[in-house]
Amino acid sequence: MAENAQQAFDPLATGSRSRQLRSKSIVYALLCLFALLYLSPLLIILMNSYRPLAEIVREGFISGPEALSWRYWVEAWGSFCLAGSCEGVSRYFNNTLIMTVPATILSTAFGVVNGYALSKWRFRYDTWVFGLITLGVFLPAQMTLLPWAFVLGKIGLSNSLAGLVLVHTVQGVSFTTLFCRNYFVAVPDDLIKAARIDGAGFWRIFRRIMLPLSPPILIVCVIWQFTGIWNEFLYGAVLTSGSNQPITSAIVAFSGSGTGERHYNVEAASVIFAALPPLFIYIIGGKYFVRGLTSGAVK
Amino acid sequence: MQKVMQPSLGERISRWTPQLVLVPTLAAAFVYVVIFSVWTLWISVSQSTLLPNMAYGGFGEYAALWKSKRWIVSYQNLFLFGALYVLGSLFVGTLLAILIDQRVRFESVWRTIFLYPLAISFIVTGTVWRWIFHPQTGVERALNDMGWLSANFDWITDRDMALYVVVFTGIWHASGFAMALILAGLRSVDGDLIKAAQIDGASMPRIYRKVVLPTIWPIFVAVTVVLLQFAIKTYDLVVALTQGGPGVATTVPAIVVYDLMFERGQIAQGAAAAVMILAALAIVLVPYVVWTSWRDRKQGAAHG
Repeated sequence: MAENAQQAFDPLATGSRSRQLRSKSIVYALLCLFALLYLSPLLIILMNSYRPLAEIVREGFISGPEALSWRYWVEAWGSFCLAGSCEGVSRYFNNTLIMTVPATILSTAFGVVNGYALSKWRFRYDTWVFGLITLGVFLPAQMTLLPWAFVLGKIGLSNSLAGLVLVHTVQGVSFTTLFCRNYFVAVPDDLIKAARIDGAGFWRIFRRIMLPLSPPILIVCVIWQFTGIWNEFLYGAVLTSGSNQPITSAIVAFSGSGTGERHYNVEAASVIFAALPPLFIYIIGGKYFVRGLTSGAVK
Repeated sequence: MQKVMQPSLGERISRWTPQLVLVPTLAAAFVYVVIFSVWTLWISVSQSTLLPNMAYGGFGEYAALWKSKRWIVSYQNLFLFGALYVLGSLFVGTLLAILIDQRVRFESVWRTIFLYPLAISFIVTGTVWRWIFHPQTGVERALNDMGWLSANFDWITDRDMALYVVVFTGIWHASGFAMALILAGLRSVDGDLIKAAQIDGASMPRIYRKVVLPTIWPIFVAVTVVLLQFAIKTYDLVVALTQGGPGVATTVPAIVVYDLMFERGQIAQGAAAAVMILAALAIVLVPYVVWTSWRDRKQGAAHG
């Protein structure tokens, strides 16, 4: 009976059997076509990170591999020369990691507490405070580049990863506060009222009631912040240089420059290193990634 | 009695805790949003050149900006790119969402495939597609090697076509996002509505066009606003893909800002260009925010 009800909802279960079969095959054919288009860059770059350079130069990127080798991955990670130093991409990978992890933790921690205070301890003008904080989500980076460069210079953090951590934390808090406030608004106020009558204060309620309810939104914040900061380019390009650059700037520095001999296979492997951590986070936390998108976008 | 009149320091602090915890963020947001914006605004009307010089210099840099051919091309590019990127992403996203909505098997696998580009940086996306589009390394080369010697696919190095390469790559990156939001919308549509239309004998494409998609139009508006924001801020993708070239064919406003500020030492004009980006964002966002708050209020009134 339940199955019948399901059947009635099936959009493709209209018309004759042959027509159903035809529409089903059209759907799957289109899905496969698009899937191929979406996956092909990943496959092409993966394949070319294993191919010898001579072969790529001779045949281009889109061609069947003949000889495969791990060598280019090792070279890309540890010994490839870039901007005068021969440490490979590992240095820039670590730079990005050193920048991303603290900025993610700090902005998430602030965002959770802010969201809790703004949603459950309403005060005069709290919507104005919230409005000002969320304006940071929309402000284009171009409006802040010169002031940041000046401020970081004044406090001795120019061309440093600590400076980038500060920039990304300040910018990230707008996002995390927005996410957490909108999430906590749905928690019933009666829960908080009851706890307050029992004599619980701000931090006690936070620890005992809000924090246990928070894991879903914490995961959204961490995923969103980690991928966003890891992938960021403009601040890194403007505020750091040389061996302090994040990996995105490093990729542009060596694959964008048109001079000299190209090392496509090593570049391909480096690009994969740059893409791997956010991709990994996306694969294991995809559900929360989508949830962050919807809550961040529609609000 | 005395104690009730004058609460201890600890009690006073605990009463103000909710406001106190917000102070660091509020201070940072005030500096970041208000001070930095006013600062950049001021630089744009100052006499700064290579170094900041905060003496007032008038609106000459705005006039110079709008006279420079590069800026006008970049703004035209933004309009064309923005329009095609948003429409293309909406179209592909809607198509994919409808396809996945047909009770397909392995739904989560399809979703994962179509959404993964969003997790990858514009730099990686642009670098990989540059190799694919470049005649020496990509599609043209592969077609030639397969024996089709006259095959010609050099859009990325063609002044008239390079912008469409950026549009294509942008759509590749963003259509999964449109798909995810539209699919969530399709799932929220009342099943009885579809059943009623089916009983009336309407075909499936017709039901989507006439019944389902019109009911989720607020989602299309939201996706459009977000994508327009992405389009206006577009920078990394173009840097990695074409570096604004060939010539100025794919230059966008954000690239002009960077060049003026950090390559040419004209920071006042760079700041003026940044203010124009902010203005473009405001033109998109302010009406949207006004509209959503109006709609929320109307809904609240209807429910109350």
